[in-house]
Amino acid sequence: MRQKFPVMTVIAVLGFVFLYAPILSLIVFSFNESRLVTVWSGFSLKWYAELFRDTQILEAAWLSLKIAVASASLALVIGTLAAFALVRFGRFRGRMALGVMVSAPLVMPEVIVGLSLLLLFVSMEGLIGWPGGRGLLTITIAHATFGAAFVAVVIQSRLVSMEMDLEEAALDLGARPLRVFFDVTLPVIAPALVSGWLLAFTLSLDDLVIASFVSGPGASTLPMVIFSKVRLGVSPDVNALATLIIVIVSLAVTVAALHITRSNRHAAR
Amino acid sequence: MSARGLAGLRRAWSGRALVVAVPLLWLGLFFALPFLVVAKISLSELAIAMPPYLPLAEWADGALSIVLNFGNYLFLLSDGLYVAAYLESLKIAAISTLFTLLIGYPMAYVIAMARPDRRNLLLMLVVLPFWTSFLLRVYAWIGFLKSNGIINNALMALGLTDAPLQLIQTDIAVYIGITYTYLPFMILPLYANLSRLDRSHLEAAADLGARPLTTFLTVTLPQSAGGIVAGCMLVFIPAVGEFVIPALLGGPDTLMIGRVLWDEFFSNRDWPVASAVAVVMLLVLIGPILLLRRAQAREES
Repeated sequence: MRQKFPVMTVIAVLGFVFLYAPILSLIVFSFNESRLVTVWSGFSLKWYAELFRDTQILEAAWLSLKIAVASASLALVIGTLAAFALVRFGRFRGRMALGVMVSAPLVMPEVIVGLSLLLLFVSMEGLIGWPGGRGLLTITIAHATFGAAFVAVVIQSRLVSMEMDLEEAALDLGARPLRVFFDVTLPVIAPALVSGWLLAFTLSLDDLVIASFVSGPGASTLPMVIFSKVRLGVSPDVNALATLIIVIVSLAVTVAALHITRSNRHAAR
Repeated sequence: MSARGLAGLRRAWSGRALVVAVPLLWLGLFFALPFLVVAKISLSELAIAMPPYLPLAEWADGALSIVLNFGNYLFLLSDGLYVAAYLESLKIAAISTLFTLLIGYPMAYVIAMARPDRRNLLLMLVVLPFWTSFLLRVYAWIGFLKSNGIINNALMALGLTDAPLQLIQTDIAVYIGITYTYLPFMILPLYANLSRLDRSHLEAAADLGARPLTTFLTVTLPQSAGGIVAGCMLVFIPAVGEFVIPALLGGPDTLMIGRVLWDEFFSNRDWPVASAVAVVMLLVLIGPILLLRRAQAREES
């Protein structure tokens, strides 16, 4: 049975317009001739040309990409282990602590996470001389930490809905648990691993606040460069950059989603 | 499970310890321990040094002296600016959360009631903007809201206003920015709740002659209370500490505590006061965080 409320439908449609209108305007005005990003004056690709001549942006993008790949991969390992322990191990010592530490980063204000990690790094350096300055390494550690929480949530929901009979059958037949994990569990949760990694990757690529705290001189990530540009006012080359990021992310997410639906359908059969 | 399966599980015991230890140590070291460091530094005194604070404990003449300096907290309480910033942040976060709920609930409801084959597509349309850059989505609103921006141009073209309205650098711009960027966090838990709604209750109410609105108010809304609480807290908690949105869309008098902490750290280089600001913010947020955990636990069972 379906309840129909025209008001709800109208608000929902407006809600989708609200979600997409700013993004569409970003894309449209990246092709604008004029420096004004709100008045259309003709088609041009010059802001893209300008973007690819901007070495500061290109260097920052490369640094951000390296950090995102490294931190997402670390987050995938830590988050998957945490999810596996929380869903499959029943009661164990530290379960409560692990549960809290996996869910808290999702809502913790970024300024708190950034400040506290920076103070930790500074204190550790005073005590044991590690991590020896701040930059790529410290940002990667910070991103891997909150990325792991997001990965854990994604993998947890997949593990909860997964039937355990295949794993039990393999164990009954005498397979070692590690083998069962790699041969049975891993293939089944592979789509969740892909979306978890992608989520940690995009979150790392996007983070401004935490990176600003734990970064050092000379290590500016892409969001840090964008933020300092945007603070001075709108600039069309940021629109061009935004368009490129939106197109790449949308393509990646759509391909991943289609792939996951197909493999889920396959598994259901 | 057979005896061999159980033996296999027992063999895995040492493996289990490793599986638990890696995430527990990592998150303990890089997520939990930092809070203790913040608490410690919030009790130390500002110094012109690197790092810019004095140690708490000192060993001199065979005596260990530990000096806890509560001055930073007293300073927060006595200077009206900080109290005002906390109250303003709570107000802005609460109003934005309300807006997010008013837009998010109908969207979640329509998606949950849509034909099953359309649901995934609509859900993906909700989540897709979340995957693209948060910073750039906030930036997009500058082009919409500034005095020669898209909204003002449209209003003037339609003859609705003669002079551009001041939209950017106002609290309204901050409400819009928070509502816009956090909308998926509201919709997803609400959708999860509404899609599990017991349809037989709705049918029973309709069979008994209840009007759709009555059914909605007496059956649907109370049953989705858990989803409403979870969604609201997922928006409210991070919104209280938001920095980017007030920095880019707010005015100079939009006083949010995340921005105060940022300035205290980056402009004033006063690490102890920045730490005290963080500790108090955390204390303020403990209530909402517990509320969220309870709502999520109830939703899962």
